[in-house]
Amino acid sequence: MDIGQYIDDFTSLFSQYDVLAAFRMTIALTLASAVGSLLIGTVVAIMRVSPIDSLRGAGALYVNIVRNTPLTLIIVFCSLGLFYSMGLQLADRESPTFLADQNFRLAVLGLSVYHAAFAAEALRSGINTVPKGQVEAARSIGLGFLQSMRIVVLPQAFRGAIAPLGNTLIALTKNTTVASAIGVAEAAALMKVMIEFRPDVIIAIFLLFALGFVVIVLPTGVLFTWLSRRLAVVR
Amino acid sequence: MRTRLTVATLAAATLLLSACSSGSTDDSSSDAGSGDGITIGIKFDQPGLGLKEGNTYSGFDVDVARYVADKLGYSEDQITWMESPSSQRETLLENGQVDMIFATYSITDERDQKVDFAGPYFVAGQDLLVAVDNTDITGPDTLGGKLLCSVTGSTSATRIKDNYAEDVQLQEFDGYSECVEALAAGSIDAVTTDDIILAGFAAQPAFAGSLKVVGNPFSEENYGVGIPTGSELCQPIQDALTEMFDDGTWQELLDKNVGDADYTPNADLNPPTLRECA
Amino acid sequence: MNEQEVLFDAPGPRTKRLVAIGNVVAVLVLAGVAWLVVTALAQQGQLTAQKWQPFTTSDVWLYNILPGLRGTLVAAAISIVTSLAFGLVFGIGRLSQHRWGRAISTTVVEFFRSVPVLLMMVFFWEFLGPLHIVPGDQLPLVAVVLGLTLYNGSVVAELVRSGVHGLPRGQREAGLAVGLTESTTLRTILLPQALVAMLPSLISQLVVILKDSALGYIISYFELLRQGRQIGTTYQNLIPALIVVGAIFIVLNYTLSRVAETVAHRLRRRAAGGAPAPVPGPVPAAVAAPAPTDRGPERTD
Repeated sequence: MDIGQYIDDFTSLFSQYDVLAAFRMTIALTLASAVGSLLIGTVVAIMRVSPIDSLRGAGALYVNIVRNTPLTLIIVFCSLGLFYSMGLQLADRESPTFLADQNFRLAVLGLSVYHAAFAAEALRSGINTVPKGQVEAARSIGLGFLQSMRIVVLPQAFRGAIAPLGNTLIALTKNTTVASAIGVAEAAALMKVMIEFRPDVIIAIFLLFALGFVVIVLPTGVLFTWLSRRLAVVR
Repeated sequence: MRTRLTVATLAAATLLLSACSSGSTDDSSSDAGSGDGITIGIKFDQPGLGLKEGNTYSGFDVDVARYVADKLGYSEDQITWMESPSSQRETLLENGQVDMIFATYSITDERDQKVDFAGPYFVAGQDLLVAVDNTDITGPDTLGGKLLCSVTGSTSATRIKDNYAEDVQLQEFDGYSECVEALAAGSIDAVTTDDIILAGFAAQPAFAGSLKVVGNPFSEENYGVGIPTGSELCQPIQDALTEMFDDGTWQELLDKNVGDADYTPNADLNPPTLRECA
Repeated sequence: MNEQEVLFDAPGPRTKRLVAIGNVVAVLVLAGVAWLVVTALAQQGQLTAQKWQPFTTSDVWLYNILPGLRGTLVAAAISIVTSLAFGLVFGIGRLSQHRWGRAISTTVVEFFRSVPVLLMMVFFWEFLGPLHIVPGDQLPLVAVVLGLTLYNGSVVAELVRSGVHGLPRGQREAGLAVGLTESTTLRTILLPQALVAMLPSLISQLVVILKDSALGYIISYFELLRQGRQIGTTYQNLIPALIVVGAIFIVLNYTLSRVAETVAHRLRRRAAGGAPAPVPGPVPAAVAAPAPTDRGPERTD
């Protein structure tokens, strides 16, 4: 095989397929779902340490159910169950890009719900790093549960949970590939299409997408390690 | 000390196991064509064509395969059915794991270079499946602004977007059952693929009477019998198919499997003219 | 640490009353949400006897669910073993004295931990097919196992490395002091202890593998999720079928997680009584200051 020819074949792909757009979609999915899962995860984490038994139970139930379900099932359910069966609409039905918007938002919903369980566990481990004395001090000056959570515990817990939260973010980045199951045009979906139509350069296509993820994931890991050191509460 | 022993045993067992397992995944477990049976590749998840229900198989492809096998001298209990998903059909034939394939297998130039085909035994065409009371979708050029469902990586949806209605919105799933579920729930306007596949879904009890095939096919798909290159089965299969067209069985099997869908295959092309065996 | 003791006081009479009211309200809200979901499903005709009746027949269990479950378990069982082998090789590689051994192992581990499993499965499936080195009907299994092994093996490699690093320095020093070589010390003293300490994390990793094996349906591997879709196609009850399959996954994985916890608990108790065996717990505990690569075992799925 002629290497030059192979490279020519491979580069010709870029004029045909928009690889950058696919990775932009991957990153958009990641960022939106990161925000979503952190919000849901914080609520669930607070539920899990609250004084109200039924909320604690519900939080534990949420984590145990969601964490043990394959992500594909959750995402397919968001599309088929919530949208197609129950008619949940998250985008403008009249818009010419209705389906694309709708699927993107459903995927973000599914990814957020799933990773919220991991974010909640990360936060709970962060709460565990807060020394007893901090909470006792908060209580002794008369703060209630929610107040002491908001003012004293959570700010320290977030800082203590940076490393596991970073791990969750990295898992989330890679898991956005599952959104291809409901037709979101992200990196994995494009890779499948490209391989199908150009099986002759399959290795180059795979390496391109694999390296794309390495380029996103490795700096994220480095950043969060740096953050966790930088923001660690000095005790 | 005890810990060390346990760990050592564990490690040894692991290595042994991994050696075994990698061995067992690599060796060929089935050997088609040997003995006095025949292995036939079909779809397992295509209602009306090839569907596995419990341990029985039904559908047009399956019934045609049974008829042909019978003419080749194999009784029902000598047939081994093997699932042959679209992407694996050539591999299964090239590796000699199946003797023939009846699985909505369109004859194309590209595939013709890798495997041989007998038939065709049916000519399908790309069409649309819509709700039974839908009157405004009559063909691919009436899909402007509509929601259309197909499977990931298939060319049928992009063909519509490129050639007929560029403002159609595409939903892609991993399988047609999701598409049909969404269509039955009324949240999508149409599903597209070969007409007989659509008819197979429309004929299922839960959807019968609520979905219809538009009946305006806009492509030509010749379903052939896939056989390994140089297989001697080609001419006997052609003879069996000729007999099936002539004695009325072909029409009978079609009615039996997709008749409930109120669907008539393209009459100009069906039953098809058989090709010459190489 | 037990949060309940710390985050709030032992309740007095007024708080007890408040908590009781909170309980009632919370239960009502949760029940309301559950009721909403059930009625929405019922409205869509997803709860009719016709759609659920297939699950009371033996056919569905005998020919769909159980074979599918077997497929899932086979892929997971092979993958955990191959992952362990892969992890041991590259974990030891990362601890190696040779700069090149370390560099290669690090590259391999970091690469495969960063690439989504789905991409790897699709690649191997499409790549190995035309090469005809794997029989067509085994191809999906091989692709699933390869994808799962490369990713989870890399996670295991990290477990091995951090397990060894987590041991008290004295263990290695003692080994060297009695005249053992570096590699003998590693093999006979450090690794055995690290492996035992890793056991809970390994079991947790099995949950990850079980869940990820469900991705195999995309490359037509015969596993539980795929069989659920098959049931949905055959009996035209896709949503109920997915609910049933989901429930099976939850029960299976929850049981495994509990086993992992029990094992971790036993080990901790034993360690407390005997020699100090450090336990890198299943929770990514490396909060303080992990090395760039010290991502916990649970970062995935």
